[in-house]
Amino acid sequence: MYSFEYHRPESIAQATALRAEAEDAIYLAGGQTLIPTLKQRLAAPSDVIDLSRVPGLAGIELKSDCVVIGAMTRHAEVAASAEVARAIPALAFLAGEIGDAQVRNRGTLGGSVANSDPSADYPAAVIGLGATIVTDRRRIAADDFFHDLFETALEAGELLTAIEFPIAKRAAYCKFPNPASRYAVVGVFAADFGGKVRVGVTGAGPCAFRATAIEAALGKKLDAKSVDAVEIEYDRFNSDLHASAEYRANLVRVMAKRAVEKLLTA
Amino acid sequence: MSDTGIGKSVKRREDLRFITGRGRYTDDVNRPNQVYAVFLRSPYPRARIVSIDASGADEVAGVIGVFTGKDLSADKIGDLPCGWMVKSKDGSDMKIAPHPPLAVEVVNYVGEPYGIVVAESLAAARDGAEVVATEFEELTPTVSVANATAGAQLHTNVPDNVCYLWELGDADATNAAFAAAAHVTKLTFSNNRLIPNAMEPRAAVASFDAATEEFTLVTTSQNPHLERLILSAFVQLAPEHKLRVIAPDVGGGFGSKIFVYAEETAVAWAARRVGRPVKWTADRSESFLADAHGRDHLTTAELALDGDGLFQGLRVRTRANLGAYLSTFASSVPTYLYGTLLAGQYRTPAIHVEVEGVYTNTAPVDAYRGAGRPEATYVVERLVETAARELKVDPAALRRRNFIAPDQFPYQTPVALEYDTGNYEASLAAALEKSDYANFAARKAASEQRGKRRGIGFSCYIEACGLAPSQLAIQLGAGVGLYESGEVRVNPTGNVTVFTGSHSHGQGHETTFAQVVSDKLGIPFENVEVVHGDTGRVEFGLGTYGSRSIAVGGSALVKATDKIIAKGKRIAAHMMDTNADSVDFSDGEFAARDSNQKLTFGEVAFAAYVPSNYPSSEEPGLSEKAFYDPKNFTFPAGTHIAEVEIDPETGVVDVVNFVAVDDFGRVINPMIVEGQVHGGIAQGIGQALLEHGIYDDGGQLITGSYMDYCMPRADDLPSFDVDMTVTPCTHNPLGVKGCGEAGAIGAPAAIMNAVTDALGVVDLPMPATPERVWRAARG
Repeated sequence: MYSFEYHRPESIAQATALRAEAEDAIYLAGGQTLIPTLKQRLAAPSDVIDLSRVPGLAGIELKSDCVVIGAMTRHAEVAASAEVARAIPALAFLAGEIGDAQVRNRGTLGGSVANSDPSADYPAAVIGLGATIVTDRRRIAADDFFHDLFETALEAGELLTAIEFPIAKRAAYCKFPNPASRYAVVGVFAADFGGKVRVGVTGAGPCAFRATAIEAALGKKLDAKSVDAVEIEYDRFNSDLHASAEYRANLVRVMAKRAVEKLLTA
Repeated sequence: MSDTGIGKSVKRREDLRFITGRGRYTDDVNRPNQVYAVFLRSPYPRARIVSIDASGADEVAGVIGVFTGKDLSADKIGDLPCGWMVKSKDGSDMKIAPHPPLAVEVVNYVGEPYGIVVAESLAAARDGAEVVATEFEELTPTVSVANATAGAQLHTNVPDNVCYLWELGDADATNAAFAAAAHVTKLTFSNNRLIPNAMEPRAAVASFDAATEEFTLVTTSQNPHLERLILSAFVQLAPEHKLRVIAPDVGGGFGSKIFVYAEETAVAWAARRVGRPVKWTADRSESFLADAHGRDHLTTAELALDGDGLFQGLRVRTRANLGAYLSTFASSVPTYLYGTLLAGQYRTPAIHVEVEGVYTNTAPVDAYRGAGRPEATYVVERLVETAARELKVDPAALRRRNFIAPDQFPYQTPVALEYDTGNYEASLAAALEKSDYANFAARKAASEQRGKRRGIGFSCYIEACGLAPSQLAIQLGAGVGLYESGEVRVNPTGNVTVFTGSHSHGQGHETTFAQVVSDKLGIPFENVEVVHGDTGRVEFGLGTYGSRSIAVGGSALVKATDKIIAKGKRIAAHMMDTNADSVDFSDGEFAARDSNQKLTFGEVAFAAYVPSNYPSSEEPGLSEKAFYDPKNFTFPAGTHIAEVEIDPETGVVDVVNFVAVDDFGRVINPMIVEGQVHGGIAQGIGQALLEHGIYDDGGQLITGSYMDYCMPRADDLPSFDVDMTVTPCTHNPLGVKGCGEAGAIGAPAAIMNAVTDALGVVDLPMPATPERVWRAARG
């Protein structure tokens, strides 16, 4: 780890101001990506702004049509939340599938989504549920948020503060974990909003995306078999030592089918 | 019998300190005025070092010095040796590539150390290492074992990168067997490269006392005396009597901590150079890059059978990757620990094996849990299973037809070993029963109904443990004898301190050895303390590897204990006014057969140290030492049966049942033995399904962290069904054979036989990853 200035602001305004003033500052949420990166000297920020003491960034609020989860809410809290389990059980399930107990106790929703790691779990739900990302300055639709590998719509210094997850009629998440890292090789989040079906995919491409072809097929008939006929394009899919793009395409289909089966029996 | 004696599942006394964070590992050791080392490591698989400019590091606050291979050679620090001379089939010596601890002119694998930065703090050492400007001239690397002999030559004295072409067995007889065969089964497969991953990374804390010129090296070693011997006799660091090596609590080794490495050597040298204690603890990335790796074979193997399904011949051609340099025992692993095991449990009359050991621009490859025997078992058991399928014979029946029968022991195999004893039918029968083999077809049908594919696979393994009869080992090229030392020091108050040349790095010797000695002496378990891992306290010993500790180290302690009892009888005889032949010793009491007199062990011990009523012919004191040189190897064997269920849609292999019935001879602590079997099976399943050390074509290790190198976890494994049969070893006093590696030896073949059975394919490379299995399932 290289040396850096450490800050622990106590308001959003203070945090964003610090971020704006510093030469090359970075926000620290749960630190599950940032801290290992710093420890391996793969990043050398001038300033690290720890968000853990900023009030109002953590918490779960159940509204009539959505669940609002603060950016600093830990995965373990979402996994154990009675409100989330009641409103969107698939989201609580997803949170409980992330990493291991230590990761879930430290990692945060905002940190995960803002990082746009191609194999993170949460982005599948953000896309699948058509969530709204709330920042210190605006609201961003899920479909506009993930741009590429580790790239999002967030501008320099923009602070993700909460995410609003619309309550689906029913939803399900199916993940094929990387045997080594337990990240998602492919994760599919399917949500039925009563006639309208959304399918979010993580792991397969450079960032999470909507599987529109699968959505269209399910729109005609909400049945696992509908997925069989869908051609999964994998030209832009990730290919690494764990899974080729072709295999990932297969996993998208299989995980989508299983998510639909699970959703229908939920 | 007491509840802590031989055969009892005594809880491990060392565990309390381990699980409460009070173990004392090398990194827990800190010396006054200590400084820290960081290594400069090659980013290239093969490159010439043009220049090293350390001037930038000298500017970094806290940096004490940057040293390179040239500094070590200027100080007459020698090369790291390989301790086993293997000869090629033409009689020539193996070709040994020079292996300086820090590379001087050329680096030959990614992560190879070529410099050491010493600083006041770890952070300063890292800062210093980062600004050392090294200019490399990249050279074409030879990476894959398949291309090793055709690729660029690594070492000027090693044409075609061939270290040796070794053979064992009768080629003519084997060829004749194949010429006459009714059926030949042939397979070509690899044995995947593994990275050991002990929980505790390697570490060293070295100090040098300028007043006495004595070194003390605290380090993560499985064999501190061997480390001292090599650092003295070969590396020329210091004379043996001026070098103390301490291996305190060590968090796992699996073979990888047998070897004398560059880093520990350089750290010790640096302590003298800078005049302050130097500490180095590998981080996990360094462990991946620079610990000796395991396995990495390419093999073509053929089995000849006659019309009755009797094995007539076995022909094996293996190319073994040795890495860029010969690690301490690298040469012996794919030869004497591999070729000699190819008879397996069978009467195959003619066997011939040829092994080409090759250098590549990868980390050195050496012994890893099982060391040669997992590779041999994989060859034999994959072939036998495949032959059974080709001949449409039940795989258990084919094995039974070819087993060496219990009345055929001692059995001389065509590949040098003489098995002393065994009962292979017994372990197979027990395993078949436990695995409910009879109803497998019904389970398979039930799986198919659920869209899954089910398979079952056998592995009837044998291993040679208890290394080794010294004369034989030295004849075959070993640079050291492979006996073990033991000392039983009875204290005046009657409790006992036991010193063993074995080393425990997870095996539980402090418990097992105390069980043996307390049982023999009839004294409470709590009254026996076991000391190991310190050349300053313990007699010269050979350490722990190859499942040798109880068979060789335990036997040495029995010998020493017998001497204690013999002397105790002489002392007791004097005290009871009789002769030693008339004294019986049992349950901790010396009893005169010709009177009703008795003396406790404690009374005799006290008399030995306060010798008033004492035989004039005896020296005072009660402390005995013994060296035990085994008469033969021991031959643990058993049957593993794996049952898997495959999801053809994803390629995921679920190990639904794993049965192991092992014959380790007499068992001292069944709980510890079962734990050893569990760990071994986990590693064996890891090799079969999960683990793979991969270098890309450019020579970069692409499985250099747990993100990509897949270690087995609890949820990858079923609850193992483990049992034992007992055929005592015939040639050591405890009748023990050793158990540490059996799981890792037997499991890979069992799993892969099950996976290929489920998929209906001839072969699939290990590890059977989901994508590989998915592709195979698609056909």
